[in-house]
Amino acid sequence: MKILVTAKRVEDPESKIKVKPDGSGIVQEGLKYKINPFDEIGVEEGLRLAAKHGGEVVVVSIGTKDVQEQLRHALAMGATRAVWVNHAGALDQLGIAALLQKVVEKEKPDLVVLGKQSIDDDQNQVGQYLAEFLGWGQATFASKVESLESEAEKNKVPAVALTADGKAVRVVREVDNGLATLEVQLPAVVTTDLRLNQPRYASLPGIMKAKSKPIEELTPEKLGVDVTPRIQVLKMSAPPARKAGIKVPDVATLVEKLHNEAKVV
Amino acid sequence: MPRADITDLFRIDDLLSDEEKAARDTVARFVDAEVLPIIGKHFREGTFPAHLVPRLAELGVLGANLQGYGCAGMNTVTYGLILQELERGDSGLRSFASVQGSLCMFPIHAYGSEEQKQRFLPSMARGERIGCFGLTESDFGSNPGGMRTRARKEGDHYVLNGSKAWITNGAIADVAIVWAKTDDGGPESVRGFLVEKGMPGFSAREIPGKFSLRASVTSELSFQDVRVPASNVLPGVVGLKGPLSCLNNARLGIAFAVTGAAIACFEGAREYAQSRVQFDGRSIASYQLTQEKLADMLQEIVKAQLVGLRLARLKDEGKSTPVMVSLAKRNNVKSALDIARVARGIYGANGITDDYPPIRHMLNLESVFTYEGTHEVHTLVLGKAITGIDAFN
Repeated sequence: MKILVTAKRVEDPESKIKVKPDGSGIVQEGLKYKINPFDEIGVEEGLRLAAKHGGEVVVVSIGTKDVQEQLRHALAMGATRAVWVNHAGALDQLGIAALLQKVVEKEKPDLVVLGKQSIDDDQNQVGQYLAEFLGWGQATFASKVESLESEAEKNKVPAVALTADGKAVRVVREVDNGLATLEVQLPAVVTTDLRLNQPRYASLPGIMKAKSKPIEELTPEKLGVDVTPRIQVLKMSAPPARKAGIKVPDVATLVEKLHNEAKVV
Repeated sequence: MPRADITDLFRIDDLLSDEEKAARDTVARFVDAEVLPIIGKHFREGTFPAHLVPRLAELGVLGANLQGYGCAGMNTVTYGLILQELERGDSGLRSFASVQGSLCMFPIHAYGSEEQKQRFLPSMARGERIGCFGLTESDFGSNPGGMRTRARKEGDHYVLNGSKAWITNGAIADVAIVWAKTDDGGPESVRGFLVEKGMPGFSAREIPGKFSLRASVTSELSFQDVRVPASNVLPGVVGLKGPLSCLNNARLGIAFAVTGAAIACFEGAREYAQSRVQFDGRSIASYQLTQEKLADMLQEIVKAQLVGLRLARLKDEGKSTPVMVSLAKRNNVKSALDIARVARGIYGANGITDDYPPIRHMLNLESVFTYEGTHEVHTLVLGKAITGIDAFN
């Protein structure tokens, strides 16, 4: 089984993000970057499926040379090889999905696993666009079955599992007020939710091995994709700073303030 | 948690390769998730977190700087960074890794026979076999040449008698590398023996009452007519240079590592000082006395990191010397200890409880100040290098 996973480079959610004074973007100086956490969950799920059913995990990322750091991270976790689409400048979700479509057509995986969204601009569109462009089935927001059964029982039915005939995947997904189980014919696109798995640590021997794993370089031109964005970011602004709270001396004052000032009770 | 920007004021990150950073970050993540939440309890209860050994092995930490035999084969800088992150968790855990890797796996790798390497190294890298290193004796610390432990050759065996003290991992070890004088020889006759758990006459006892490295095992080893097969002698080295070369490696790692404890204390104290309010509604960080303390801490951390990194790079280039190691160990451990003490003070009364990490780091670093060449001995090594006069004799 061949599985394609993604590794978008995003700002480390724990670094302090500042918007530039002119609103044209964020201050990149001193920022730390990491693999999109939802993509990392996708890499982990891909590695688990490949370990169980045999096959390889190929990781893809789009961006400048810097994204090689995220590709190496996925390679250190255990992916076999990487595809780097070298591109500088803005991309919108349609452009990303179009590039991924061409990579998929070239690689011909049985399954594409990617994060449900990236934590930088939280669009939650690429997986869905990609399935549409490919004409494949999709199962979004794959999540772990929360049940009262034992750990062993839970592990018997992973959230993303190949069916007995190997022609489809069964995916448990998070929906409003519960979980839905879908069966999707292969090839298919699966997007990952937060509770799907706990990604492994890249081991030190894994990091050493990743150095010599191949990274194939492609470009939008080579793939024949016009990535001119159809969406333009006009302005970014930080959320307004929260005012400091106040301390109230007793419950009566609290109720009085909630009633008269906040008008919530 | 990523470091505060200010901690890396000198952009030392830019001096590291992608793999070096990746290795550090993977261990940092492990320490944040698996060590920090539980280490305070182990320190309080005086227990070694043995469940972390297979996890460290899985990460590839044990003997990470050795080539082959299931080891990761990383450079000295990476090894230092790994130890630094473990130290940020706890010096006791870092000491476990230093002893396993630098003091046990290294001598087997450097001086062992092929059969010994095959037999011990892969299982030690997997954490299935724990090692300890027996050089120090209760009456011979800074002066190992005076050791009394002796091995007498009898046919194809050596018969070992004596004792060793202050041995990290001793009571949990499956194999002890014991340095002993052979027959009637002096320090030049010292050989390394692989003494295995269960050999009749070999016992280990934990040293009680420690106020330091409480999350680590420290033991006394005793040998009474222990018959060690000649095939368990390290063939590649004779004399004190064997154990001293191991210590030189371990000390280098320690010099690099202790900055991890200093960083933990600095970042914790900085955060605490900013949130702790005294007098007219101002944080204690707004007072000049606190600011001076934090400035001193940061200044020493920057220096210690640069010294550690430069030393590790020199080692990777084959240019490091024991005198350099002495300077680095002396500077970095003392500054980390000073930083921990000052951080402890910033936390005020809260700082004397184990609810906050500085006192744990402070107490741990008191051991680090003394072990692996006391601060004083490293001073004399430097003194000799500067003046040409040996103050030991």
